[in-house]
Amino acid sequence: MFPYSKYLRTNRLPHIWCTGCGCGIILKAMLRAVDRSGIDRNTLIFVSGIGCSSRTPGYIDFDTLHTTHGRALAFATGIKLAKPEMKVIVLTGDGDACAIGGNHFIHAARRNLDLTVILYNNRIYGMTGGQPSPTTPYGEKGTTAPYGSIEPSFDVCRLAAAAGAVFVARSTCYHATQLDKLILKAMNIKGFSLVEILSPCPTYYAHLNRLGTSLDLLMGYKRNSIPVEKARRLDPSELKDKIVTGVIYKTERPEYFEEYHKLQQGITENGRLR
Amino acid sequence: MNRNQLNIRLMSGNEACAEAALIAGMRFFAGYPITPSTEIAEILSRRLPKVKGVFIQMEDEIASMASVIGASLAGVKSMTATSGPGFSLMQENIGFAIMAEIPCVVVNVQRGGPSTGLPTNPAQGDVMQARWGTHGDHPAIVVAPGTVNQVFEWTIKAFNLSEYYRIPVIMLLDEIVSHINEKVILPDPSSLAIINRKHTTKMPGEYIPYQNNANMVPEFIEFGLGYHYHVTGLSHDESGFPTNTPGIVNKLIRRLNDKIEKHRHQIIKLKTEFVDDADTFIIAYGSTARSAHFVARMNRAKGIKIGFIQPLVLWPFPGKEIADIVKNAKSIIVPEMNLGQLSHEIECACARPVISVNRVDGNMITPEDILERL
Ligand SMILES: Cc1ncc(C[n+]2csc(CCOP(=O)(O)OP(=O)(O)O)c2C)c(N)n1
Ligand code: SF4
Repeated sequence: MFPYSKYLRTNRLPHIWCTGCGCGIILKAMLRAVDRSGIDRNTLIFVSGIGCSSRTPGYIDFDTLHTTHGRALAFATGIKLAKPEMKVIVLTGDGDACAIGGNHFIHAARRNLDLTVILYNNRIYGMTGGQPSPTTPYGEKGTTAPYGSIEPSFDVCRLAAAAGAVFVARSTCYHATQLDKLILKAMNIKGFSLVEILSPCPTYYAHLNRLGTSLDLLMGYKRNSIPVEKARRLDPSELKDKIVTGVIYKTERPEYFEEYHKLQQGITENGRLR
Repeated sequence: MNRNQLNIRLMSGNEACAEAALIAGMRFFAGYPITPSTEIAEILSRRLPKVKGVFIQMEDEIASMASVIGASLAGVKSMTATSGPGFSLMQENIGFAIMAEIPCVVVNVQRGGPSTGLPTNPAQGDVMQARWGTHGDHPAIVVAPGTVNQVFEWTIKAFNLSEYYRIPVIMLLDEIVSHINEKVILPDPSSLAIINRKHTTKMPGEYIPYQNNANMVPEFIEFGLGYHYHVTGLSHDESGFPTNTPGIVNKLIRRLNDKIEKHRHQIIKLKTEFVDDADTFIIAYGSTARSAHFVARMNRAKGIKIGFIQPLVLWPFPGKEIADIVKNAKSIIVPEMNLGQLSHEIECACARPVISVNRVDGNMITPEDILERL
């Protein structure tokens, strides 16, 4: 078995997550990716916001920063610019990144600073007890959407790509072995990379929407997922309610600190700094 | 020193603040434009890349404050500058910096409020927000210089206090002191005392990030050196991990507050003039101290026994120290560009009424405004 305990703060266990929560699956996939990356673990910094998902850094043995709700990317921006030689990984939830932190999310992507974002999408606010988030599908329930949400939801990957991210991938907690590969790919990108992971919240999301157990949610991910290569050949109408998985978008653009570093060296577009 | 050797410059308060920050060793600035603070960002956007520092204009003040904390945790002296509306947005993360004990300097150039208020006019309405703006019981260090020379000196002191006590230090400027141009005698940088946060000498594994110390300030180590520690805004134990054990939480909150309160005598600073035999006192801070000082000088020349007190540090509040000086006063006058925020504190500290001279119309308090109440 993979030696997870090598990377865990075992004295911080047991964790706070419910039985069947997807957070642990993502944590383990991430540790496998870190291990395979071969990156010196002293150069890795994990930053999170607030939420069940954002509690992950407390359990992993690295330099870890648990910030305020929605602001992880802004804190991470400061760390990365102060120490560009570090690899900074941001762990966030759908509410954290897309509601209260939505502005930071699009601007971090636009700047294309070298940050890797792992977004745990359970389509609900877990920590506060099951309110709808910007990724709750239309019509589904939360404790403050008792009659079903009347808001459309975000496609997080399209949002990130449109805002300027250079690597955007999606998968689910059912596809646990694909997760480490995608996270590793994202880590190896220089620039803003995002891995969105559909993650079961049996306690609130499944319960409030009568979707069964965590296993039922995982089997739903299996049924509804389509690899991106296949999805590209389908008509958009056939993709309704489907989860497109894999590397959704990839491009190349100048990375923010590389650009800033030129200023530090006295070089500008039209010559030297005056 | 020979006059020719002095480094004399004509500078605005905002310029002095930016220059002094660089001398203090600040190498990371994040901000969002807002009048009347914008020149600080403009100057630093030019200067920081040349000294291998980083300037970034963030998407808002919430992000500015967050990235300042991130950079400081990575070991770089950091600051932001804003005005009322932006200062309001920074409050949650200022609380984070207090809780996680991350040094940084937050400049708030006060303008008329509430809300968007008077963007280009001076005010001193943020005295209480600077003290109590973020939620919960917390300590605060707030400084309020009144001249360009004082801005220069107190910017460096703000960084020193912040580094020493591991706390965000708020600089309350106002539109007048930020935009006025005055002669500044720049000190030889090598003559200035620059304090840097105390780094631990402990090895990874031995280091306890929030361990109490004789001075109540835990030792620092920056992220990225293999110490693998955890920082959170949740109530935490000495190891830095979250806890809600009442005894541990109680100890933490009391230490955070005592760290400043028990050192108040090392932090506070009153500038006084003509106080020894005075029977009337004018107490003023920020740009209002300029008019107050003028009135005191003018009346002394006429033989009137008037004393001048300028608190350069507003919080921790120098109440006992002021009460001590004014104990035999016939009258105490406190002019301020608000409806009496510090007057009220002074009344409480001195257990007697004061004459509060107030303006909230976007204009400075003139010597005549004070003279009318003498
Ligand atoms: C400024 C602020 N507003 C509200 C909250 C309360 N709050 C804590 S977690 C959370 C939602 C988290 O949802 P999500 O990001 O989806 O993470 P999850 O718990 O589902 O993993 C909220 C609203 C807070 N901590 N701070
Ligand atoms: S509430 Fe939901 S997201 Fe939070 S720990 Fe429980 S299952 Fe996981």
